[in-house]
Amino acid sequence: MKPAGRCSPRETGNAWKRSGGRPGPLRSLQRRGPPQARCSFVRCEKERPAKTSGAQGKMTPQGGNGGSWGILQDPLLYAMLGFLERPVVVTADINLNVVALTAVGLLSRLWQLAYPRAVVFDEVYYGQYISFYMKRIFFLDGSGPPFGHMLLALGGYLGGFDGNFLWNRIGAEYSSNVPVWSLRLLPALTGALLVPMAYQILLELGFSHCAATGAALLILIENALITQARLMLLESVLIFFNLLAVLSYLKFANSQKQRPFSLRWWFWLTLTGMACSCAVGVKYVGVFTYLLVLAVAGVHAWHLIGDRTLSHVRVLCHLLARAAALLVVPALMYLSFFYVHLTLLCRSGPHDQIMSSAFQASLEGGLARITQGQPLEVAYGSQVTLKNVFGKPVPCWLHSHQSTYPMIYENGRGSSHQQQVTCYPFKDVNNWWIVKDPGRHPLVVSSPPRPVRHGDVVQLVHGMTTRFLNTHDVAAPLSPHSQEVSCYVDYNISMPSQNLWRLDIVNRESDTEVWKTILSEVRLVHVNTSAVLKLSGAHLPDWGFRQLEVVGEKLSRGYHESMVWNVEEHRYGKSQEQKERELELHSPAQMDVSRNLSFMARFLELQWRMLTVKSDDSEHKYSSSPLDWVTLDTSIAYWLHPRTSAQIHLLGNVVIWASAGLATAVYALLFFWYLLRRRRCIRDLPEDCWLRWVLAGALCAGGWAVNYLPFFLMEKTLFLYHYLPALTFQILLLPVVLQHVADHLCRSPLLRSVFGSLVVAWYSCACHVFNTLRPLTYGDKSLSPGELRALRWKDSWDILIRKY
Amino acid sequence: MLCATSRLLAARTATALPAQPRGRGPGARCRRRELHFPGHPEVPLGEFLAGRLARSSVSASRRAILRRGRMPPAVGGGPAGSELRPRRGRCGPQVTRAVGPDVAAQPAARSPKRPARGSRRFEAAGRWALLALVTLLSFATRFHRLDEPPHICWDETHFGKMGSYYINRTFFFDVHPPLGKMLIGLAGYLSGYDGTFLFQKPGDKYEHHNYMGMRGFCAFLGSLLVPFAYLTVLELSRSLPAALLSAALLTFDTGCLTLSQYILLDPILMFFIMAAMLSMVKYNSCADRPFSAPWWFWLSLTGINLAGALGVKFVGLFIILQVGWNTISDLWHLFGDLSLSVVTVGKHLTARVLCLIVLPLTLYTATYAVHFMVLNKSGPGDGFFSSAFQARLSGNNLHNASIPEHLAYGSVITVKNLRMAIGYLHSHRHLYPEGIGARQQQVTTYLHKDYNNLWIIKKHNTNADPLDPSFPVEFVRHGDIIRLEHKETSRNLHSHYHEAPLTRKHYQVTGYGINGTGDSNDFWRIEVVNRKFGNRIKVLRSRIRLIHLVTGCVLGSSGKVLPKWGWEQLEVTCTPYLKETLNSIWNVEDHINPKLPNISLDVLQPTFPEILLESHMVMIRGNNGLKPKDNEFTSKPWHWPINYQGLRFSGINDTDFRVYLLGNPVVWWLNLLSIVLYILLGSIIAVAVQRGAHLPAEVEGLSQVLLQGGGQLLLGWMLHYFPFFLMGRILYFHHYFPAMLFSSMLTGILWDTILQLCAWSLASPFLARGMYAAGLLSLLLGTAYREKTGMF
Repeated sequence: MKPAGRCSPRETGNAWKRSGGRPGPLRSLQRRGPPQARCSFVRCEKERPAKTSGAQGKMTPQGGNGGSWGILQDPLLYAMLGFLERPVVVTADINLNVVALTAVGLLSRLWQLAYPRAVVFDEVYYGQYISFYMKRIFFLDGSGPPFGHMLLALGGYLGGFDGNFLWNRIGAEYSSNVPVWSLRLLPALTGALLVPMAYQILLELGFSHCAATGAALLILIENALITQARLMLLESVLIFFNLLAVLSYLKFANSQKQRPFSLRWWFWLTLTGMACSCAVGVKYVGVFTYLLVLAVAGVHAWHLIGDRTLSHVRVLCHLLARAAALLVVPALMYLSFFYVHLTLLCRSGPHDQIMSSAFQASLEGGLARITQGQPLEVAYGSQVTLKNVFGKPVPCWLHSHQSTYPMIYENGRGSSHQQQVTCYPFKDVNNWWIVKDPGRHPLVVSSPPRPVRHGDVVQLVHGMTTRFLNTHDVAAPLSPHSQEVSCYVDYNISMPSQNLWRLDIVNRESDTEVWKTILSEVRLVHVNTSAVLKLSGAHLPDWGFRQLEVVGEKLSRGYHESMVWNVEEHRYGKSQEQKERELELHSPAQMDVSRNLSFMARFLELQWRMLTVKSDDSEHKYSSSPLDWVTLDTSIAYWLHPRTSAQIHLLGNVVIWASAGLATAVYALLFFWYLLRRRRCIRDLPEDCWLRWVLAGALCAGGWAVNYLPFFLMEKTLFLYHYLPALTFQILLLPVVLQHVADHLCRSPLLRSVFGSLVVAWYSCACHVFNTLRPLTYGDKSLSPGELRALRWKDSWDILIRKY
Repeated sequence: MLCATSRLLAARTATALPAQPRGRGPGARCRRRELHFPGHPEVPLGEFLAGRLARSSVSASRRAILRRGRMPPAVGGGPAGSELRPRRGRCGPQVTRAVGPDVAAQPAARSPKRPARGSRRFEAAGRWALLALVTLLSFATRFHRLDEPPHICWDETHFGKMGSYYINRTFFFDVHPPLGKMLIGLAGYLSGYDGTFLFQKPGDKYEHHNYMGMRGFCAFLGSLLVPFAYLTVLELSRSLPAALLSAALLTFDTGCLTLSQYILLDPILMFFIMAAMLSMVKYNSCADRPFSAPWWFWLSLTGINLAGALGVKFVGLFIILQVGWNTISDLWHLFGDLSLSVVTVGKHLTARVLCLIVLPLTLYTATYAVHFMVLNKSGPGDGFFSSAFQARLSGNNLHNASIPEHLAYGSVITVKNLRMAIGYLHSHRHLYPEGIGARQQQVTTYLHKDYNNLWIIKKHNTNADPLDPSFPVEFVRHGDIIRLEHKETSRNLHSHYHEAPLTRKHYQVTGYGINGTGDSNDFWRIEVVNRKFGNRIKVLRSRIRLIHLVTGCVLGSSGKVLPKWGWEQLEVTCTPYLKETLNSIWNVEDHINPKLPNISLDVLQPTFPEILLESHMVMIRGNNGLKPKDNEFTSKPWHWPINYQGLRFSGINDTDFRVYLLGNPVVWWLNLLSIVLYILLGSIIAVAVQRGAHLPAEVEGLSQVLLQGGGQLLLGWMLHYFPFFLMGRILYFHHYFPAMLFSSMLTGILWDTILQLCAWSLASPFLARGMYAAGLLSLLLGTAYREKTGMF
């Protein structure tokens, strides 16, 4: 029975076209009974409004027939004024399938959620950030944007967590103040909602209730998803937002056909954008799904442009609405995550050092306490500390001390034997320098203070030794191509001092800008040789106390942050006498005015540091490569009971993984087969089926590909759980392929029933595997070593077996 | 020139026809189409009809149906039947078939100003003269003062040296495939260079050595770029002014000029890239006469050039992608043509597989065969390769080696990691710096042969000298517990529970003890992979693992480069994870034991595919190893198109002859502007077409050129530029030049189109022609003007 007889391709194409670029009649394929029971195309069209699944309220009246609104007939207005004509009636269709699926989903994810009451795997990692949120201490995590951490912290907040727990070891018992249940609730909820969402997505893609239920049931019994959802981890939240984005886009695309610019249309469109930005906000990898949705939306929009039944203005409105919802809204939401993040975290903490001085000064405590009330403008006579902006390998301050460079280095080169200048990563009294006017003698600030401006020539006097910062044509100790920087000692050997430096404010707004504490980023250019003061990043040997080398970069090739310095601590010098000045330098600076960075500046800096902070790519016992994931050749031990052999182990449902992989291959093969035959004008599928098949593939197989393939290019340590977002999309593809095979490839009823029974057998097999692996998923049952060994189906699965 | 341009323009505006077969005047088109429709009932839907019907006066709904089946607005060829090549149709096969003999008649009917036959001959001659002029100019600029400076500039130190290696037949290692250096070597050999110059560092004077042959060869290839660009643009746009503009941009670009004048791989690479592009475009023009001689010629030439490009640098991969994309879309087009049988399509496919896959692969492999055949003497590259490989090289100590076969206590050995390009286990008299594990002697791996690679095998429990003649020979067996003493420093290979310097969770490996006396952390169990306990251990062939007795970890190399304190050698660690990787498997290479008889080992001679695979692995690892360091200014891809910063070729000292690689700012910024403009204009036209706007015939012809030809060039630019953003290796300014060639050609096409569009939109033909000519001239002069100031 060829379904092609149902509706001629031309008709469907026509209908599709008029509907503005979405797959044709949605549920024309949902019944697979005898031919006479199939609904005709026309009936489908009429039925649709009543068939909206899910429990959504719907406003009556359903003004007009869909799709033919003029630009002036504002549907919203029409709907709003409708109540004058007819009473407002809310009818709710409740799909009991969805309710039931949600219930089992919740049961499977929430059951014994607070067990084990111990730190499991990466909870140790996310937990510390939750504690930081609770204590409102600033931190920097390069692994992802803050939205995911904030969601987890919300659980802690609602559960009344005070943040007092030392997250230092996997397996550590939680103390009584940790609300384990509420901390794990949010990931579990999102994990549970995946089940009904899978159902909805398949339905919106135009597949039968049977296929949709199948997809939901597959998600339900996937062990890896359950394990990941029941713990305080972010993957299930990410997958939730990924699927939400896809689902709401589909809902939007389907309502596009009926009532563009209706309330419902706007709602789903905006929700798509919001879900996308939430996904990106949880983890950067969410950006792949976002790009996929954008691509599909782009193709649809392109069809819309080609639709000549729409006026130019209307097309423009459509495009603008999409741009606003899919580009502007996500960007704004992404910014808002950071806004909340930065508002919440207002206290200084252990990660301050990575940030710039200005950023640190905006946090409570820490540097702010020190710099609070410093004078803003650096004047002649000011005492300052100079911090390197680049701060790699470690943040450090320009430093000098009594020791001199060794006369001869290890490799036989000579030095000037003058006083060393280094960069020192700790606060020290030797970090203080005095800004001096070369033309005047005094080392104190005149009254009124004379500010130093961009382009001025200054001398820098080391506070404790009163020697001048100097550089000359002598090779630096470790970077022979650069000049040595020293504090000038006059040995009377015809080596004159060259201690004039021109101030170059990098981030100046005008050429007469004043040198400002913390805010100004300056380069110090040597007047005689035009070398630039630079942190080379090398550690000096023992004679330099392993401090960092500072050089004068002669060939200053372009701008690099290691040449830029800023004033961190600053005060006006008061005493001319060396003795008094030393005392003065030992006492802390004080005064009071406070300065704040704007949000955008703080956001940009934080985002930049997050993207560039080097993650320590350590090899992990359970790390794996992307190739291992498809075949499930790897596993991760999450937790082991301290006494028994009960354990939580991240393992997938082997049957589902294998068949999902197979389904992807089958889909690809069939797709190319159909594509080639269509190219030769042989149409195996009616037009609407083909479009549905393509859309399902673009979203599900495409979702798998975009969430999987980029990992091959990533250089960070990878784990099995990175594959879960891709896997979820792959599971959604499974019922799509199965239904397609049943509908189009099984030609006789006999074959079809054989296929049906095979599917049932296969599913019960998957259920069996789920049940067998269940103890490792929930970790609630202690298995004997023999049983554990029996579960070790692959040698690469590293199930922990206790030796008694 | 000016009058030629204006005449051309007049002819062009008159004959610029839409690419579709229905290329008639707009009025005639509809009628013609309706006539055609019943004539092809076997094509019910598909783009064939959709494309045709879309613009007719069929009712809106009908149109919508038909457009549904339409592919993205793919159209064959450029403007049909241009006057420049009246007898050679440029459209896809079905197009030609549909139009048939009308093609030649069209221009005559449409253009009243069509020149007579005699003047056509005159024009052909003019075209050749122009080409000759362009070529001459290019050669003149490139060969002008080629011998200066008479010293090594920048990377000449590498590539000149490698050319010398070919002449001297010594084996070396480089991260690039061999073809480019082989050609340099050949050029040097033919021009009488004897390979004796050392090429030590930039700035060294050549003195009496003959370097002009090699420079001349590179300059020759570099000069050919300009005519190639000229011909490519001419083929794509059918517009002489566009081609001239592109050629002028390249001729007068100081960057291209500088890069072509020295012994570098880049001129060779760019030559092959441009040649491949040109032959692909030429071959596309022959699409209407498949399987004819020119068709085969250009197709196989494309393949040959692809092999050349890939054989010079791996960057050649990008042009392969471009040709691949072109081929796939071409095949897709043929496949959708229902008038061609599947067998014919199969033939097309086979022809392409043969010429674009089999042929290049064969050539590429052949270059390696030549490479290995020529380089048969031991040289500086030996250590990068496996022991089996080295046995091929005469002069290497493994060549015709005769060494003791089985390991015995007291033997002096070198231990090599089985992973390619990791090297020998090495130690030297330097300690790990403070804060990095224990301050003991460093143990690393090192790629070069060195005395510090020698180790002595000793028993774990006795310190007696096993070489004492009074003791009998005792062989080392699988599972024995041994100590490895470093011969030069007398320290034992040692490991302990300190974290390794770079790899977290691995243990540090050090040299420990004095004169061979250490502690129990020096004990290692030696195991042979896949052998039984008690077996003897063979030199070269046994794959051994060293397991630390106390901690149970395995000796391995992480392959990470240590910082300066470790002399940028590779890190050695002890891994607690017993994963089966090559990083932790070693073999014994050199073996000295006076008490044992030397046996001539006919070492496993590696087969050619093995050598090929190994050298590729080594090259890839070498490329990955070129990482920029912190606190070092490096060139970023975004610097390049804006000409942010050049590259110093020569002249560190003030007195020297200075050469600085920097693009001509006018050219580069114009290119940048053109890309932006192109994308803007292209999307406006695409949206207009998609919205079903009726373009006038002239504009449609222009937009076809813009979308088709320009699209290909834009693709080329993107393929040669964007992948660099993903590369982790250290990048230089000169990496941008292949992309720059494409963007210059795009600029040519774009400005020609824009000027023609402007001219077309002006009412008065005189004004239009004047404006067009003025615009072109000003662009040409602008590029040439800057060139004067920028050259040296």
